[in-house]
Amino acid sequence: MGYPHPPHPRETPVLSKHFGDRDAIGLDGWKKRGGYAALERALGMEPVALTNIVKESGLRGRGGAGFPTGLKWSFMKPGDGKPHYLACNADESEPGTFKDREIMRWTPHALIEGCAIASYAIGAETCYIYIRGEFTEPLRTMAEALREAYANGILGRNAMGSGKTIEMYIHKGAGAYICGEETALMNSIEGRRGNPRIKPPFPAVSGLFGQPTTINNVETLAAVPHILNNGAEWYKTFCLSNPKSTGTKLFSVCGNIARPGNYEVEMGFPFQEFLHDLCGGALPGRTLKAVIPGGSSVPIQTMEEAEATLMDYEGFIAQGSMLGSGGVIVFDDAQCIVKQIWRLARFYAHESCAQCTQCREGTAWVTKIMERIEMGQGTMRDLDTLLELSENMTGKTICVLSDSCAAPVVSGIQKFRHEFEAHISGKRCPLRTTAAA
Amino acid sequence: MMADATGVTLTIEGRSVTVPAGTSILEAAKAAGVLIPHYCYHPGLPVAGVCRMCLVEVEKAPKLAPACATSVADGQVVHVHTEQALEARRGVLEFLLINHPLDCPICDQAGECELQDYTFREGRAQGRFLESKRFNPVEDFGGDVLYVTNRCILCTRCVRFMDDVAHDSVLNVSERGDRAVIGKFEGQDLTHPWAGNVIDLCPVGALVSKDFLNKARAWELDRTPSICPNCTQGCNAILETRDNVVMRMRPRPNAEVNEYFLCDAGRLNYRWLSAPNRLEAPLVRQGERFVARDWEHALAEAAALLKGRRAFVLASPMLSNESLYTLRRLIDVTGGAGAFRVERGPEAPLPGVDDLALRAERAANVHGAERLGFAKSDTPLDRLGAGDVLLLVDVGGAPLAANAEALAKAGAVIVLGTTLPEIARMASIVLPVTNMAEEDGTFTNLRGRAQRYMQAKAAPGMARPLWWAVGDLLAALGERAGYFLASEVFADLAAHVDDFAGMSYETLGLRGAVVRAPGRPAEVAR
Repeated sequence: MGYPHPPHPRETPVLSKHFGDRDAIGLDGWKKRGGYAALERALGMEPVALTNIVKESGLRGRGGAGFPTGLKWSFMKPGDGKPHYLACNADESEPGTFKDREIMRWTPHALIEGCAIASYAIGAETCYIYIRGEFTEPLRTMAEALREAYANGILGRNAMGSGKTIEMYIHKGAGAYICGEETALMNSIEGRRGNPRIKPPFPAVSGLFGQPTTINNVETLAAVPHILNNGAEWYKTFCLSNPKSTGTKLFSVCGNIARPGNYEVEMGFPFQEFLHDLCGGALPGRTLKAVIPGGSSVPIQTMEEAEATLMDYEGFIAQGSMLGSGGVIVFDDAQCIVKQIWRLARFYAHESCAQCTQCREGTAWVTKIMERIEMGQGTMRDLDTLLELSENMTGKTICVLSDSCAAPVVSGIQKFRHEFEAHISGKRCPLRTTAAA
Repeated sequence: MMADATGVTLTIEGRSVTVPAGTSILEAAKAAGVLIPHYCYHPGLPVAGVCRMCLVEVEKAPKLAPACATSVADGQVVHVHTEQALEARRGVLEFLLINHPLDCPICDQAGECELQDYTFREGRAQGRFLESKRFNPVEDFGGDVLYVTNRCILCTRCVRFMDDVAHDSVLNVSERGDRAVIGKFEGQDLTHPWAGNVIDLCPVGALVSKDFLNKARAWELDRTPSICPNCTQGCNAILETRDNVVMRMRPRPNAEVNEYFLCDAGRLNYRWLSAPNRLEAPLVRQGERFVARDWEHALAEAAALLKGRRAFVLASPMLSNESLYTLRRLIDVTGGAGAFRVERGPEAPLPGVDDLALRAERAANVHGAERLGFAKSDTPLDRLGAGDVLLLVDVGGAPLAANAEALAKAGAVIVLGTTLPEIARMASIVLPVTNMAEEDGTFTNLRGRAQRYMQAKAAPGMARPLWWAVGDLLAALGERAGYFLASEVFADLAAHVDDFAGMSYETLGLRGAVVRAPGRPAEVAR
């Protein structure tokens, strides 16, 4: 099917309202749709008042961790005499996730507006938008929108005539998954190798160029103008389940599903209806087997778990996984879970920055064992080894790449152990998705 | 580390310790006498926190903490040897070993390898790795350094040393994941004059010295605290010997002088200490030839030569303060004089450490010699008087500053040497003395710091420390003497030379102490 799909009646398009509308891309079209009203109003307010509205709205980080955005902003102390920075994380490197890409393609000014408001709120005069290098079209669109914004006095030394300075730069990534990790992203902007930094110090104390810095995801920042325009109370009404999860959320759906694409729903939407009604369920003649609901780093769900899930931060945890980035990867009964997890492990082994021992060696070792099992040369002891290695790779490194490699392995063995055992006892992949070695 | 009023008090393995705020748990543990295993951490380098070996359990913390990168907090309770912490470190060791070649039998690092040590202490007895190991070839990093890639644990100490201490970014981490290796930037080599330190910093056998390659096993070596004699910086060093031969010289930490480092020129210039062509007995001229005599007769003949004549000492800046002091006394007794020449070379600083450089003056005790009244000169024999008895000192490490023409002026020549150079063959008496590796003594560095070095190997044949020979000579001339130990000479020096007043071998310890009034020539009391 083409993209974007016509919005499903049960979607709640806020961020995605103008996806597919070519008129909304340019500055004029964006202004006609109410663009930059929020920024203009924000620049007349006290920064702390902005932070309070965002706090009140319940907005949480959409990059994966779900940290309360207003709280994060409040760590910055405007007027402390130091330069502050905002970094917008548009690296979107999490496998299965492609929501930020669409925000930048269709509504680049929404992101610029969100960045400008956030910059002002945290006392930053400089914002870097770190865009994944493979995103050639979003990069072009964003660059053009940024040019327009500067040309029309929205950004610069006198942003919208307010006398305030908001400078904005696009930084193009060079192709590393780990540069989506906030401290690696900062190293990359500084021109260093994209290795995560030890925390503490946290970015709000010592971030970009050693100065106080806030890093927010594209989707998080794009939601900010809407919150200012409509109020925190309005945003909080988008909540079907747990009050700690508010607003709308974009989910990128891919894999063995009838209608893949980006869907925007209220927090707490039932996952079962999401998969079967909005996304059309399994392909003809197939049944769904498993879902990785929040990008490749979260634990895999069985269909029983998935269908019992309410789609918010707490709801996914209650059903053995995490909301993560909202990248929903769907597997049907033609897929071999062992092979899929091997494939994921291979990705992490390829992308490990090589700093921490457990990650550098562990991701590669896990990949080799997974490959052996898929090829029919595994042993039952390998499963114990995998679980023990995963334990040693979890919670012990600078960043969570190592944990992210372990999560699908552990959840895969726990929830689909019969598939692993079938590979081992049958000495081949039962689905023959991979030719025997 | 001293406890102070503003300090932080915490408990590590049940031991209470107070350290300054901002100290890492790892350093606090050291102060408490607890070693937390680690690889990437080194006190002379910025913290990287990447090996994850120093994980410890901190009560009330949600997960294990890297001790090198976690600051102490008041009331913190740290456990190093709990099952959880041990299991984590066992995991790190297992990961470090899966691609390691386990070639300890042919590895120079074996016996002083932290990968061996910690695996022995905390590692698994057996491996579980059934896959094939990654392989990379050995690479020549330039200078004295070979990179045995397969042994590398990517602790990045070498990269950080070159970046942050040498300020010469030659090394990097190339590639990602388990393909990662230490790489060199295009067209660059480890040619920095201090680059050899990466060999010592490497906790495993990945960076090895070409000079030391396959020469000795670590456990065969005897290690003696010493001072690098090759320039006036006075870097603290360790002489490593086997069967009376110096095999290698490495840095010994001293925060006041060289932190943890030693330059390449210094560390590689040790072979002269074990030179084979040594004098082994006192020689006395009989007509055209030398005859070997015992010390007693040789010294009696030397004393007879000196009676009623001025002694002119062509000293060596490689002599200890003790030897120079006895020579100075001999000069004063006979109304003579002394001078020396020092070789020069280009200065090479280590930018990351204050006041540390390979100094232009390439000898250990230039400043001690000047303080004890010896004149530094490029033509030190200018002041040799006709008829003087010339005492020609040659303890190695520096060329002899003498020429046949000048020597002809002397009334007689007595050689105090480790070897007998061609030019000195017209001497009347030749007395065999030790070099700095064969004696106890002190040098005074360019900042006036007097530092001890210890005897690392036996003297050849009948050779004696120069202070002993000259002390006996003074006795033969009826002067106060009777030194049996270097410490006694030093005590006498401290009692009679203002600058050294109050000092003794005990007060110097192994870190040394700065003599009084640096820069002023000493007054020697009779």
